[in-house]
Amino acid sequence: MAKYMLIMRGTDESVAKMMDTPFEQMLELMGRFNEELIRAGVLVAAEGLDDPSQGVVVDFGGETPVVTDGPYGETKELFGGYYIIDVASKEEAVEWAKRIPAMAGSKCEIRRVPGIDEFPQDNEWVVMERAWRERTGQL
Amino acid sequence: MVEASDGPPSAESARRAVEAVWRIESARIVGALARHTGDFALAEDVAQEAVAEALVTWSRDGAPANPVGWLLTTARRRAIDSFRRRSALDERYAALAGQLGEGEASSGAASRSGADDLLWDPDRVDDDILALMFVACHPVLSPEARVALTLRVVGGLGSEEIARAFLVPVPTVQARITRAKKTIAAAGVPFELPPAEDRRERLGGVLSVLYVIFTEGSTATAGDRLLRPDVAYEAIRLARMLTALLPDQPEVHGLLALFELTAARFPARTGPDGEAVLLEDQDRRLWDRSAIRRGQAALGRASMLGRGLGPYGLQASIAACHASAPSVPATDWERVVLLYEALGRVAPSPVVELNRAVAVAMAQGPLEALSLVDELVASDRLSGSYLLPSVRGELLIRLGRPAEARAELELAARLCRNARERSVLLRKAAGLE
Repeated sequence: MAKYMLIMRGTDESVAKMMDTPFEQMLELMGRFNEELIRAGVLVAAEGLDDPSQGVVVDFGGETPVVTDGPYGETKELFGGYYIIDVASKEEAVEWAKRIPAMAGSKCEIRRVPGIDEFPQDNEWVVMERAWRERTGQL
Repeated sequence: MVEASDGPPSAESARRAVEAVWRIESARIVGALARHTGDFALAEDVAQEAVAEALVTWSRDGAPANPVGWLLTTARRRAIDSFRRRSALDERYAALAGQLGEGEASSGAASRSGADDLLWDPDRVDDDILALMFVACHPVLSPEARVALTLRVVGGLGSEEIARAFLVPVPTVQARITRAKKTIAAAGVPFELPPAEDRRERLGGVLSVLYVIFTEGSTATAGDRLLRPDVAYEAIRLARMLTALLPDQPEVHGLLALFELTAARFPARTGPDGEAVLLEDQDRRLWDRSAIRRGQAALGRASMLGRGLGPYGLQASIAACHASAPSVPATDWERVVLLYEALGRVAPSPVVELNRAVAVAMAQGPLEALSLVDELVASDRLSGSYLLPSVRGELLIRLGRPAEARAELELAARLCRNARERSVLLRKAAGLE
């Protein structure tokens, strides 16, 4: 088994469509899909992000970090939320991603999430992170 | 149509795509087909034929836009063909072929509107999957057949995967499944939920099949590996499905809790060379805290239903005692003894008695435990099991009787079938002088 993150990337087009969809309908659409993931026993975590215009970007391009308000770069393909699922293969992750009730124009990027076991276990920082994960139940 | 972005479709990418879809959807596909045809064996046959056809077609043309619809439509056509062939002998089949073929002309090819509208009934999906589980675990089948059929139709595993899970040859698995389908047809097992008066007992049958699958993954009965987490994970996945389908059944939650809490210890149960590490020697920091939390939550749901815990819930409670204890000495052994006593009353078994003796040894002392173990030896109810001499050996070590302990551990090693566990016993015996 391996964990995969399904990264939701919206565009102006998909965000506009989402704004046009009644909130109740959005909740039902997403809720049904989430329920499927739960029932299949594969859902680990999921979060959606607030409006990108409310975000802040810290740019490390210069000598000191530069802080700007608003979205990161172009408004197209902005990171809007994610799922983490525990599945048998990349293909299964793709198959689930295809079922996301996403708005036209948006994209979903699928990336494997390496586990802490894949890092050197004798490294002191890995040991400390492992301890934190144990305390907080995130192993 | 072609979805593979990295080059042209190939047999390998088609196989992976088919496998992924089948894993997610096999239960719904076979369930819907079985409900529609009223014939479980036929449903499984045509679903497998559709999978075989997908391997060929998808590797040539790429995976279709709607793979589930494709599989369902293809399987449905095969079912119609089969009914038409049989209709020469029996006009009942002609009627079935007609019913099943309805909508074919209007919807045409493998589109979402075609097969889905006809077979996909969202209100029936849960019952279909549940009925599928009950049929696959039907008491007319041998225990091995129940396991193979459940993994195949509900879990969506291929014959190779099932064979690997149970360390048997692929043809054996195929033969078991074929035979199982024939048995179900011969016994006239209907594709439906068991009647209310049988429900409780039949659910017990389903749970015990999941338990067998989990146990095979958590303590392999044979072979040179102690754990096969992927096999155990399949059982966890099936148990999660079942808790969603039957949320008001405490034992379903109890079983899931037991699986999660047991699997939480997997990372600590084997050493660097795959050798078994006993509970007392396990590095508890390696235990999977997320799994423990999920197990405790499932146990909480089982208790909240307010009908008392059954055998699985009680075993999960025992596992929860270990999971929340910082060390072996700091474990609430008094509670563990009480839980084993309760378990011994609802599900009496010599193995439970033996485990109770182990808990008594921790709560009260080895001498009290030894008398319980000796009662078991005298009753001759666990003869042939390596567990009895292995526990007896441990108690004798604690009582400072190494010569007797050594003889018991060597006996246990001779009786043990798992190579990893055997080597632990032998090492322990050799260390006694």
